[in-house]
Amino acid sequence: MHSRKPFYIVVALLFLAGVAASVYRGIEHNVPFLPGKQVQSWAVDAKVSFQAMGEPAEVTFSLPSDPAFEILVENATSPGYGLTIAEDEMGRHATWSIRNAIGQQDLYYKVTLVPTGNNQVIALQEPQPPLPYSWPATEQAAAEQIMDEVWSRSATNLSFAQQLNKSFNATDRSQNIELLLSGNTPADLFIQMLNSKGIAAQKVNALFLEDQRRRQQLTTFVEVYHQGEWVLFNPANGTQGRPDNLLIWDRKGKSTLDVVGGVNSQVNFSMLQDTRSALATSIDMLKNKDALDFSLYQLPLEEQSLFKGILLIPIGVLMVVFLRVIIGIKTSGTFMPVLIALAFIQTTLLTGLIGFLLIVAFGLMIRSYLSELNLLLISRISAVIIVVIGIIGLFTLISYKFGLSEGLTITFFPMIILAWTIERMSILWEEEGAKEVLVQGGGSLFVATLAYLAMSATWVQHWVFNFLGIHLVILAVVLLMGQYTGYKLLELRRFRPLAGE
Amino acid sequence: MLFARPKALRDNGVLGMNKRNIDYIGRYNPRKYYKRVDDKLTTKQLALANDIAVPALIGTVSQQHEIVHIPEMVDNRSGFVIKPSQGSGGKGILVITKVANGHYYKANGNEVTPSEIDRHISNILSGLFSLGGKPDVAIVEGLIKFDPVFDGYSFEGVPDIRLIVFKGFPVMGMLRLSTAASDGKANLHQGAVGVGLDIATGQGLHAVQFDRPIERHPDTDRKLTDILVPHWDTLLHTASKAYEMSELGYLGTDMVLDQELGPLLLELNARPGLAIQIANSQGILPRLQHVEQMRNKFMSVEERVAYAKTHFSNRPNT
Repeated sequence: MHSRKPFYIVVALLFLAGVAASVYRGIEHNVPFLPGKQVQSWAVDAKVSFQAMGEPAEVTFSLPSDPAFEILVENATSPGYGLTIAEDEMGRHATWSIRNAIGQQDLYYKVTLVPTGNNQVIALQEPQPPLPYSWPATEQAAAEQIMDEVWSRSATNLSFAQQLNKSFNATDRSQNIELLLSGNTPADLFIQMLNSKGIAAQKVNALFLEDQRRRQQLTTFVEVYHQGEWVLFNPANGTQGRPDNLLIWDRKGKSTLDVVGGVNSQVNFSMLQDTRSALATSIDMLKNKDALDFSLYQLPLEEQSLFKGILLIPIGVLMVVFLRVIIGIKTSGTFMPVLIALAFIQTTLLTGLIGFLLIVAFGLMIRSYLSELNLLLISRISAVIIVVIGIIGLFTLISYKFGLSEGLTITFFPMIILAWTIERMSILWEEEGAKEVLVQGGGSLFVATLAYLAMSATWVQHWVFNFLGIHLVILAVVLLMGQYTGYKLLELRRFRPLAGE
Repeated sequence: MLFARPKALRDNGVLGMNKRNIDYIGRYNPRKYYKRVDDKLTTKQLALANDIAVPALIGTVSQQHEIVHIPEMVDNRSGFVIKPSQGSGGKGILVITKVANGHYYKANGNEVTPSEIDRHISNILSGLFSLGGKPDVAIVEGLIKFDPVFDGYSFEGVPDIRLIVFKGFPVMGMLRLSTAASDGKANLHQGAVGVGLDIATGQGLHAVQFDRPIERHPDTDRKLTDILVPHWDTLLHTASKAYEMSELGYLGTDMVLDQELGPLLLELNARPGLAIQIANSQGILPRLQHVEQMRNKFMSVEERVAYAKTHFSNRPNT
């Protein structure tokens, strides 16, 4: 007897690969594990306006780059302007340019963002140690006094920044701080003090996302480097860390908007919250990234809907294997129930069952006449197929005349399969009587119904199409069941007389 | 209780369908030899070559146009049997027990018209009864004059003896008796009665119908455990010989007793059913495992039969 170890290793590998692929898809590509899940998205409009002076104008506007938000769609409207969106060491930015403009100019940038839940800002590389700030003579003494005092109360770079932030916003601020803040913004002062102590820090412009707000401005934050991560501070109000609804717009510390050839430039933001399907969102994002991942969404729509049906077959097959190997139900034709179940998906269960029984009953009647004609098998089957088509046509027509739209779906039944079912049932009837026909026919319909129930569950349909890894898991389970040597459930009943004493 | 506990069945050595398929049929029956048992014509020819007695072959029909020769083929015969060469589960077997003035009658007295016979053969040829619908050959065999020893035990049909032969050892046996419910057929799932037989003697032990124990034949009311199958040693030898002939390790042999010719091999089965365990009121697994543990010891047919008779007897008193 050869070892079954390699077999179990293969099964385990298939299983793990399937689970891993599914989990990867769910977590990395944000494909929702449950159908119908909604995610929130933010539509942010930035309106850049300035007064042009009748000469060539160039507007450079920073675009958001924030790990906490993923860009779904972005576009810029600016009639008459040339537009470039580029990325360089200063971050992503849009540049509008025009040869000649005069008067009030309005440029729009729209972006749809989806929160990723990834609120940390990881530093890609350690920043250069900053150059110490050279304080003006009037401020130096005060600044050093504050820094020394805070330094003595702190242990690390981070706690220095925290203490500094606190003393900026204390209710009873020292006179030194009042003096310094009268000549500097809190953010500038905060950065200067950190830099003087050799701590890397930079200015960040961010936008608070609030539903249905208009004419919003960017807020200035400071991020401080601490152990591979940038920690966000707001020295203007003494808070630390980032709120969930904060969008970091611009991190490079330079101005968000640069206008050459215009005056009175300003930028206003308006925003709107929206919910959309999590699935559609993740598909759009995959398309944006041009990630040619193993996804069926790259196929044309027609093939997609075809595959939505095909990929249900493994579920039906799994059901049949389970019911035959573990439970022990008899069916007529091994996979006939799966095909019937596929037809049920189109017709719905009740209509399907009634339609199936009507067709088979009519078919059996016609078949009993054909059996008296003494025909060859091939021509008899062919005759039954033609008759089945006739029956389907007749039922469709009748139900149409009576206004029963459900009846029209009867055409989804696979005709060849029906013809063979009728032929087998008819032989079974002649040989083993009506009872066996009921047992096997009923068994087939029972299996078909269970397969239908499994295949029509929305979450099953969601999983088989969006998580292709699940098919590897099904394959592993089917292989495993192929090795099952235990009793079938119905055998426990059958062999009951042997269990006694 | 509707269901038995799996442990109780395991303790009694009951073989289940899945285990039979994987551990016995899959392991001991090489695919390439299936044709020897699935095609009854091949089995017959092999049996004749191995000096195993089989029912007389009247003729075969392999083409539609040959059907017209049936009346002359069965001329002067009191009865005959038409069966598909590759039929399974007893499907497509037509037994004519009486021929009178060109009219054919089944065992239950119903007439079978010549056109019905034509259609039946035509169905056989087009593969209606064979696995996968393969085109088939119809075999016409002589009717077996079955031994009157079973009179009163069988209703309108030939009782046959099924022996499970594992690696050449007859391990379990049963007598299958047709009933009114089984329409004269000896297949248990169609309602025939199965009587478990003691491997040592051929004595009836226990009987079942529809997988449930019974005491007496439902139609004739004879006590079933009174049966003692004659020619028992010949039956054991024939079954054991079928192992060398078919080279299938896990084999079902179906035999009948003819009044004049003695035991005849009807057919072999590479996937014998499990109901024989219920008929014997005993699991087959301990005997199969017993044989499996006797590794590579070559034994002749006589030695194997003798071994089986001493080791696989299930008389209640031993």
